[in-house]
Amino acid sequence: MTNFKKLTQKPLFLPIFCMILVLLVNLIKSPDFFAISVNNGVLYGRLIDIINRGSEIAILAVGQTLVVAVSAGTDISVGSVMSLAACTCCTVLAGFGNNSVNELQVPMIVGMLAGIFMGGVCGSFNGALVSKLKIQPMVATLILFTAARAIGLLFCNNQITYIRYEPYKYLGNFIPGCPIPTPVFVAIVVILVVTLLLKKTALGLYIQSVGINNRAARISGINSDVICFVCYVICGICAGIAGIVASSRIYSADSNNIGLNYELDAILAVALGGNSLGGGKFNLIGSIIGAYTIQAITTTLLAMGVSTDQAPVFKAIIVVIIVVVQAPAFKRFVAEKKAQRAVNKEVA
Amino acid sequence: MRKKKMDSNTVLVVITICLFAAMYAVGCVIYANKGFGNLQTFLNILINNAGLICVTCGMTCVMLTGGIDISVGSVIAMDCMLMVFGMKNWGMSAITMVIMVLVIGLVFGAVQGYLVGYMEIQPFIVTMAGMFFARGMTAVICSGQISITEADNPMFYKWANTKINMPAFLGHVNKHGKLVVPYIRPTVVIALIIVILIFLLLKYTRFGRSLYAVGGNQQSATMMGLNVKKTKMMSYVLSSFLCSIGGILYCLNTMSGSVQQATGLEMNAIASAVIGGTLLTGGVGNVIGSLFGVLINGTITVFVNTNGKLLSSWSSIATAALLCFFIILQSVFALVKNRKSK
Repeated sequence: MTNFKKLTQKPLFLPIFCMILVLLVNLIKSPDFFAISVNNGVLYGRLIDIINRGSEIAILAVGQTLVVAVSAGTDISVGSVMSLAACTCCTVLAGFGNNSVNELQVPMIVGMLAGIFMGGVCGSFNGALVSKLKIQPMVATLILFTAARAIGLLFCNNQITYIRYEPYKYLGNFIPGCPIPTPVFVAIVVILVVTLLLKKTALGLYIQSVGINNRAARISGINSDVICFVCYVICGICAGIAGIVASSRIYSADSNNIGLNYELDAILAVALGGNSLGGGKFNLIGSIIGAYTIQAITTTLLAMGVSTDQAPVFKAIIVVIIVVVQAPAFKRFVAEKKAQRAVNKEVA
Repeated sequence: MRKKKMDSNTVLVVITICLFAAMYAVGCVIYANKGFGNLQTFLNILINNAGLICVTCGMTCVMLTGGIDISVGSVIAMDCMLMVFGMKNWGMSAITMVIMVLVIGLVFGAVQGYLVGYMEIQPFIVTMAGMFFARGMTAVICSGQISITEADNPMFYKWANTKINMPAFLGHVNKHGKLVVPYIRPTVVIALIIVILIFLLLKYTRFGRSLYAVGGNQQSATMMGLNVKKTKMMSYVLSSFLCSIGGILYCLNTMSGSVQQATGLEMNAIASAVIGGTLLTGGVGNVIGSLFGVLINGTITVFVNTNGKLLSSWSSIATAALLCFFIILQSVFALVKNRKSK
């Protein structure tokens, strides 16, 4: 009993438990879930699919974790910023006004940097509103939640911009000769860079202290506004990278559909990772495991014949359950029940 | 101190009304040859935004308590889909569906309100889950686009197409020399009645005043003996209920249901309330300002549509920009006030 209790209090218990649960359900339902095959020199299979498709959510979850930790609010604009970054990238590559090109106008790297830069600009807009003007994070990000997608449509002239240029597809699919999907590497690089940034500099510590108590952090000499701002910029850049990967998958910029409903996935990943949505301490690894768990849930739902439009119903219910379990009022209620039971036992 | 607070609020409402008047005047000058100055254009704004007016009233009530409800757009989509699907495929009568939608609104609001009020979860997280839940449920009911015709439900069709004519002297003569009498739809009447009811509710009832008290300072509201949790919960019930009425009005206007319907409507509702002088931190605001907020929103859309050359995405960019401007204005007001009191 005590061992079990210790285990449940480990920070990574919730995400790993959920992951195992989802995988077990799949194992019972269809044993071929874990089958991996090699076709045309690349790996295929549901598991590979989860790791591949989960990359964007993992990248978003990295940024979202920092935002949640530092400001106790979430950035709900990430999905729209993904779409805007993708549109910026494709518009720069294709030239404004062209909707389908076989040749690039500028080197590929310039377009991608433009997309990531646009993500950073969006992040700094959110960050300025939250850190300088002290607006609630969700309201501040609500502005870009609507506007970013619309601005993306303007860039693309209300159409879908196609980049029919072979190397552009590498980022979202496979590099010739490599059996593992490229987005996996992108996700790993992003995670490594952010982890190093947090571990090798004092940034991680600062973020936690600002998140736990903003005033105390400021009094002890941390410039809390700047720390908050930096977190939002990192979140925006992550959204930009995720958007370019998503656009590369379909070698086009589809403003209406790229990153649709991803904000829910990103927030769900943070909550599933065992992070409190009230800010403060955070656990990056938990969020990343959470992100892949979400993708596993999505893949499972799709395999069960639930359409992409209907999937949010289940995810919304999961969010509510996790948040309720984390809520202080619920914890108090459980503690009261336990105390009552103990009293009853003693009386008996 | 009290008088000062009232002042800054009145200033925001006055700015809003002036902005609306200025925008409309500019529209009349620029688009004079496209009939912008006709009374019907103004009435059309009301007709097209009747649903939004209801939703914004509910949103204002929630924002007064310091909360927010971003599920409204999806709930409207769900309501429309349910009504259209029910009347078309189940052959239900219009009245049954109206009652059903209203009950669903109450239940939806009660669940959200319980989670926010009693479980003390951030309103944004709860209503965001609600937003995706409702949008998903829309797809569960039917994942295509369906519309309703006279043959499906004559009664509903009659409701939607009733015209209430204005006095004839307000009309204008069109190109063919015929007198066009301006009209409104019954939906506008319902929406305006709701605005008046909510105005009275907020001003004169115990519940209305406690909404302000909870939003102004939760701690002192508790000390005054108000049931803060219940008040918060009831504000979400009210919001979802008004949202359901808004959904019915929206459905009467569009006569169709689809999964992507009313996306971003929550943004319009929040923007309208904020433009109308409701503070995001709660405690300040009224529905008259919100009504003008909706009118400004509607005017932007008319601008974009009348121009014809602009892409439709401009209207949501303009709304977002206005929201951004007013939020910054509010927070500057708050910062100045803080500095003064220090």
